[in-house]
Amino acid sequence: MKKNLFLFFLFLLFSSFLHAKVIEVGANKPMKSIKKAIALAKIDDTVLVYNGVYKEGNIVIDKKIIFIGKDYPVLDGQKKYEVLSVKADGVIVKSFKVINSGYGTLDDPCGIKVYNRKNVIIQDNILDNNFFGIYIQNGTKCIVKNNKIKAYGKQEQLIGNGIHCWKSDSIQILANTISGHRDGIYFEFVTNSMVRRNISIHNSRYGLHFMFSNDDAYISNVFKNNGAGVAVMYTHRVKMYNNYFLENWGDSAYGLLLKEITDSNIIGNHFNENTSGIHMEGITRTRIEKNVFKANGWGMNIQASCMDNVIKNNNFVGNTFDISTNGSLVLNTFNSNYWDKYEGYDLNKDGVGDVPYRPLSLFAVLTERNPSTMLLFRSFMITLLDKSEKILPSITPDNFIDKTPLMHSMSL
Amino acid sequence: MNRIIKIIFLDILKNKIVLAYTLILALLSWSSFGLEDNSAKGLLTILNVILFTVPLVSILFATIYLYNSSEFIELLLSQPIKRKKIWLSLFLGLSLSMVAAFFIGTGIPLLINAPDSVGIMMIVVGCLISVIFVALAFLGSILTRDKAKGIGIAIMIWLYFALLFDGMVLFLLFQLSDYPIEKAMVAVTALSPMDLARIQILLQLDVSAMMGYTGAIFKDFFGTSLGLIMSFMLLCLWVVIPFYISLKKFKNKDL
Amino acid sequence: MIEIKNIYKKFGKLEVLKDINLSFKNGECIALIGPNGCGKTTLIKSVLGMVIPSKGDILVDQKSILKKYKYREQIGYMPQIGRYPDYMTVGQIIEMIKKIRNSDQELDEDLINAFELEKIFDKQMRTLSGGTTQKVSAILAFLFNPDVLILDEPTAGLDPLASEILKEKIIKEREKGKLILITSHLLSELDDMISQIIFMQDGKVHFHKTIADLLESTNEQKISKAIAKILKSESNEQNH
Repeated sequence: MKKNLFLFFLFLLFSSFLHAKVIEVGANKPMKSIKKAIALAKIDDTVLVYNGVYKEGNIVIDKKIIFIGKDYPVLDGQKKYEVLSVKADGVIVKSFKVINSGYGTLDDPCGIKVYNRKNVIIQDNILDNNFFGIYIQNGTKCIVKNNKIKAYGKQEQLIGNGIHCWKSDSIQILANTISGHRDGIYFEFVTNSMVRRNISIHNSRYGLHFMFSNDDAYISNVFKNNGAGVAVMYTHRVKMYNNYFLENWGDSAYGLLLKEITDSNIIGNHFNENTSGIHMEGITRTRIEKNVFKANGWGMNIQASCMDNVIKNNNFVGNTFDISTNGSLVLNTFNSNYWDKYEGYDLNKDGVGDVPYRPLSLFAVLTERNPSTMLLFRSFMITLLDKSEKILPSITPDNFIDKTPLMHSMSL
Repeated sequence: MNRIIKIIFLDILKNKIVLAYTLILALLSWSSFGLEDNSAKGLLTILNVILFTVPLVSILFATIYLYNSSEFIELLLSQPIKRKKIWLSLFLGLSLSMVAAFFIGTGIPLLINAPDSVGIMMIVVGCLISVIFVALAFLGSILTRDKAKGIGIAIMIWLYFALLFDGMVLFLLFQLSDYPIEKAMVAVTALSPMDLARIQILLQLDVSAMMGYTGAIFKDFFGTSLGLIMSFMLLCLWVVIPFYISLKKFKNKDL
Repeated sequence: MIEIKNIYKKFGKLEVLKDINLSFKNGECIALIGPNGCGKTTLIKSVLGMVIPSKGDILVDQKSILKKYKYREQIGYMPQIGRYPDYMTVGQIIEMIKKIRNSDQELDEDLINAFELEKIFDKQMRTLSGGTTQKVSAILAFLFNPDVLILDEPTAGLDPLASEILKEKIIKEREKGKLILITSHLLSELDDMISQIIFMQDGKVHFHKTIADLLESTNEQKISKAIAKILKSESNEQNH
């Protein structure tokens, strides 16, 4: 009896495999329509779509299937429809080329949108010229991986975000490339998620933008040449490690704009050639360590509303201004950073400068008060004023100081 | 004309001060690139050289040379040579030697260590500044016969452009900070060759900072090709106008 | 050859030349004399174009010289105090002037030989004595065989021997039919050389006479005495 029971289960197991059939769709196949194929498919079936152009309006995946393309079949939304809507848990969407989603500011039509589902995987797709790229609404444990997302938005208002996540949890955004959207990656109310090894360039607003998204980690991403850099707001416990913030230029463009962030770590990042490396407002208990600030207009702009932050072991190299601030109250700690503008000496050769360094130059204070004075930057008179201010601080806050400046840059 | 320029040029080259100037420039430039671990800091040192040393030496040397060669000028005047030719030859000879000194002292290290837009802009601007301050020396020294007074005028001119002018601009900026004066300030810089030169270098050197805040306004003007052409035209005017006035005066000067 | 018409010159408020009218012909040797500060040098410099007259005109060969320079090819000028670039050598100065003139004319190197200047060709100008400097000036004035020679105090500072050489040279050039204009204080030196004399005072021409006229009217043999007599009689008139 027991043996029979075992065989019965084995049969069930096999039958489920047998039942998980593959439905092929293509011009040369019996099945020509994706929609019909999905309608025919049972749970856990695979719909395999061959190369070709499919203009079927809005394709809805409403059961747990594997939806896979061969040689990047094109799903064309003809500028009218949301191309692919995922409305079932555990769906896998892989290797499609999704183009020309509709345009609309009310319903945000997307290339691929996930509605309130779990365990959806969107992988290896090419998204071209969509209003929103990939949109995860109220998803859990979804993975967005290896997609190439491109749009050609010229104005912020006329284009959506590359990867947009709203009210989700435990999302993984991995190794995607996004360009030409409004925000490259957008998170709102997304928690416990990971954004890793993505490249976000040439987006018209932010390369990465998140708000109210606690306990997320951003690791080894590249944000380059975006309209306004990266913006991070109203969030607790953010971890940003080893990211590159590059060439974000313009009035109010920042490598990283931080607003109302608490208990976060910003470690090992590179900020190169941004108008402002980091701009901080209302930041509390955050550690900024082992970052490299190189050739920025302003390395860090620390507004007076920041407190209890530790800025330690960073390299400041070739910035026009290393630090600027708008107040005279200093509630943050600077320790053991390397400042290439440091002119002190090290008699006991322990690698730590013997005189403290004041990273805030007089001119940084002047331009903060009156931006037009930028006109006089590097003039002989300003250099003189700066030098005398370094010796006898009068305008700059005297506790704005790194007591243990390093003599040599760290290899970071 | 060429013969006279050649005579003057060779005479100046024999002058030990020009030689020392070239050596000092070379020493400053090579050491600023050699000592600093990033070339950006070396460039800053050179920027200060262009804004401080080059104008000062150019105007002082040209002034002193002019006063010291009053005998020579007198001798030439009794010869069948046009006054214009004498004055122009002196100007070209002096400009050429100052530019040569700058180019050998600073230009070559720049080309080797920073062969990019910043380096090239610095060379061009440095040469122009040299010529401008030679022209200002001509204007200053034609105003008075007294050598001591003439040197005083030269130092005042230098001090004015190096410090006082910028001081006045800073004062104005803070006095008028409630008004939208950014555009007007762009125009004000045309009144100082040193500011024009400095801003052109800044736009190459501090690109990131100039993209933000008010920098953008200056960038929008000076950074465009029109702005660039305008700046260089203005810098050229700073050569032409002082020299032209001095030439007018020299033509009617009694010796 | 040279005509000076109604020349005025003011240095600031100081009137140095007041309505000067003169004309000189070739073959004459004219002495321009007068007390210090009477405007002799200014007049000469006006002819050379080094001083620009406030009013009036100067003609050389019937052509105005104002704003011109070519005419200076015809003039050799020896300044009162020759000032030369300190660090050039005698040889370099002479070479330089030759280059500037760039003339293919035959050079008159009589004085170089007579003064034996080749010996000091490699000396710098600043090391030379006043007299030697004057020799250089003299050489430069005569070097290009000019039709007009303007000599400002030529013998001042020269030793008697050099002075004599220069005088002989002047006489020789006069005989070639050149116009020679000399200013001098030392009237006794002028005796054998000059054919006309101009006496200036306070920026005006006091008189302009040939030597023959001058000597005749005063019954004197020497120019210096004749001049002294005229001046004395005038001061007597003023006193009375």
